[in-house]
Amino acid sequence: MSVLELSRWQFGITTVYHFLFVPITIGLGFLVAGFETAWIRTGNDKWLRLTKFYGKLFLINFAMGVVTGIVQEFQFGMNWSAYSRFVGDIFGAPLAVEALLAFFLESTFLGLWIFGWDRLPRGMHAACMWIAATGTVLSAYFILAANSWMQHPVGSHYNPVTHRMELTSFVAVLTNPVQLGTFPHTVAGCFLTAGGLVTGIAMWHLIRRPADAGTIAAWRTAVKAGAITALAAAVAVIFTGDIQGKLMTKYQPMKMAAAEALYHTSQPAPFSLFTIGTLNGSKPTFQVTLPDLLSFLATGNLHAQVKGIDNLQSLYAQIYGPGSYIPVIPIAYWSFRLMIGIGLLAALISLIALWTVRRGRVPAPIAAGARVSGTRSLWSRLLLWAVLVLPFLPLAASSLGWIFTEMARQPWLVFGQMKTSQGVSANSAGEVLASVIVLTLLYGGLAVIEGGLMYSCARAGLPGEKTAPPAGEGEEAPLALVY
Amino acid sequence: MHFHDVWFIAIAVLWAGYFILEGFDFGVGILLPVLGRDETRRRVMINTIGPVWDGNEVWLLTAGGATFAAFPGWYAAMFSAFYLPLLLILVALILRGVAFEYRGKRDSASWRRRWDAAIFGGSLLPAILWGVAFGNVLHGIKLDAAHNYVGNFWDFLNPYSLLGGLATLALFTLDGALFLALKTTGDLRRDARRTARLTGMLAIVAGGGFLAWTELSYRAPGHTGATGAASVALATLAAVALIGAFAANLRGREGSAFGAAAAGIAAATAALFTALYPNVLPSSINAAYNLTVANASSTAKTLALMTVIACIFLPFVLLYQGWTYWVFRKRVTAAPQAQQPEPVSR
Repeated sequence: MSVLELSRWQFGITTVYHFLFVPITIGLGFLVAGFETAWIRTGNDKWLRLTKFYGKLFLINFAMGVVTGIVQEFQFGMNWSAYSRFVGDIFGAPLAVEALLAFFLESTFLGLWIFGWDRLPRGMHAACMWIAATGTVLSAYFILAANSWMQHPVGSHYNPVTHRMELTSFVAVLTNPVQLGTFPHTVAGCFLTAGGLVTGIAMWHLIRRPADAGTIAAWRTAVKAGAITALAAAVAVIFTGDIQGKLMTKYQPMKMAAAEALYHTSQPAPFSLFTIGTLNGSKPTFQVTLPDLLSFLATGNLHAQVKGIDNLQSLYAQIYGPGSYIPVIPIAYWSFRLMIGIGLLAALISLIALWTVRRGRVPAPIAAGARVSGTRSLWSRLLLWAVLVLPFLPLAASSLGWIFTEMARQPWLVFGQMKTSQGVSANSAGEVLASVIVLTLLYGGLAVIEGGLMYSCARAGLPGEKTAPPAGEGEEAPLALVY
Repeated sequence: MHFHDVWFIAIAVLWAGYFILEGFDFGVGILLPVLGRDETRRRVMINTIGPVWDGNEVWLLTAGGATFAAFPGWYAAMFSAFYLPLLLILVALILRGVAFEYRGKRDSASWRRRWDAAIFGGSLLPAILWGVAFGNVLHGIKLDAAHNYVGNFWDFLNPYSLLGGLATLALFTLDGALFLALKTTGDLRRDARRTARLTGMLAIVAGGGFLAWTELSYRAPGHTGATGAASVALATLAAVALIGAFAANLRGREGSAFGAAAAGIAAATAALFTALYPNVLPSSINAAYNLTVANASSTAKTLALMTVIACIFLPFVLLYQGWTYWVFRKRVTAAPQAQQPEPVSR
């Protein structure tokens, strides 16, 4: 494989992996902060138990997000040095500001939260989690602004003397229309992820039916909080995704055409749910299509024209010179609809979970080894499977969303300005191969460890402690040995 | 003074902050197998840096981000040239960061022993490699006319740079020993002070030797005037501060010793950056291929913008990070209930 292919594989692997931990961290931080605040407000013990339980899962994830994030910052220079030179004047600033504004905030206040239980007044302790969670959202804003600039480079111009892009307006970079669609869509996706995780684990415990009433009440609360968060987030994801579709049609029409594998400009254009056969536009295939839907997704008008891949290719060849401007269509096509389908499935399961615990209800238990026949038992088992997969669905949808938006931008690295093939470092293939192998093995090993730890902590259930930790300035207490 | 000079100084400050702060938590990690002879002592040691290590590491991310934003040419050339050393540093920092968070999450001696090994290795490797990398920056690397690296990994292992690695290893270990002496009680505190004597001597010899070699052989040519004199003065200051740290430790003044060592690391970093100026990454092939503050920097507009952002937000960062150290200012002791690790709740 060439340096270019290896570098792309590394970026894909490390970025998709990093973003498994990011959405959990962003969404769950706010939920844990909310649980702790509810505990302070009501004094009800169940909130503290939920804070501790989900707080632990949060920290296990946060650690992975932090350490894999370092790779993200370093690999622009390591693998993509030509890109770094070309865009540093614009792209570097959001990264530097992200570290200064967000990373310091997250790391410092999370350190205070982890070690501050007996050291800080309750209100201040909860405030630390709110601040850390705010830091994660700030971080998302700046890094997404950087990514949005690659999709639609605004606030900058090409300087032919220095052979690079140069900043004309940082405000324009931060208020990039693509960013204004991407940021809420991504953050809403994070809340869908965290809501799904909270709901899934709580439902699983409820179906296994804990012994005491207090624990059942706490898990029911968690299901409600998680499912309402997930459903609200799903609505936001749909609305912002719709806005993004229209922005994509405007700024990256090839990406929209690739999402549907629409080869020829159509008016109106249908949306296919799935296709069996080839996607290269030459052969008739079996498709289930919804008429006019693509026109609506792309423009908001059922009868509008949507540009096709072939038409755009000839247009781009005229503007940017000879070459292919078509991304890998099957990846774009499938990642786009799988993202939507899996995200909607997560919302549906959350809705069912919420319905199951309505008005004091508890899902029917499944005792280990019990052989109860009938539809009621079947329903319970289906529900158990559904809530087991629920935490993974939004993660899969997020990953597919990133794969779609990055892969369907190809061949561009910075749309209209730099192709991916021009951005790579002058390193040897051996070095990059070593890096891909080392990081993949390391990440794989850590995934097993992280997954095992998450599983055992999730399975262990709520901490049984009934007594609240001492409030106020614990001046006399020695520092608790947390690690 | 140009904006690119301001940012050269800013990046020097970020690296100095990183070396002082993560320096001591690397040191604590390196001393883990030396001073942590039982589980309680290891827990106490790790918990002295528990609340702060992650915030300390952000200084590195900020230095990296600031280099990208202010000197894209430097960031691109340096990060792609030091490809394999940086990969090793990344692996080390990943394992170490996960280790801190995960070691206490499962009640198993073998589980903790493995993570302790990760903390040790993950601290040792970067403590050496950062010195080797900085040695090579001062030494100059094989950059071609396009500022791409044309050497290989073994070129980095020249004697001068290896001494740099030894110097940072000794300095960070000293920093860690002095921090432990300041933050613990009883036997551990006594042992940490004893370790600081040994590592103090090593730090003075290796650090002083590296700085002297830098001033004699690797100062940017053509700057023997004001910056040259400043660099010599800073190197001297660094040596004096380290000797002061050593003396203060002998007299049991833990606060002064730690402060003096931190000042020594700051002065040494400043001396290196002053010696480097106006280059940011010299080429050992041809001086015409050197990357300098002028030819590696971003536009004045970007640098001005970054200056405004840094002036507004950096004070807040210093304030709340300082507050964390205040909140956790007490010495760490093993509380009776913490003798045994908490059982995993079931």
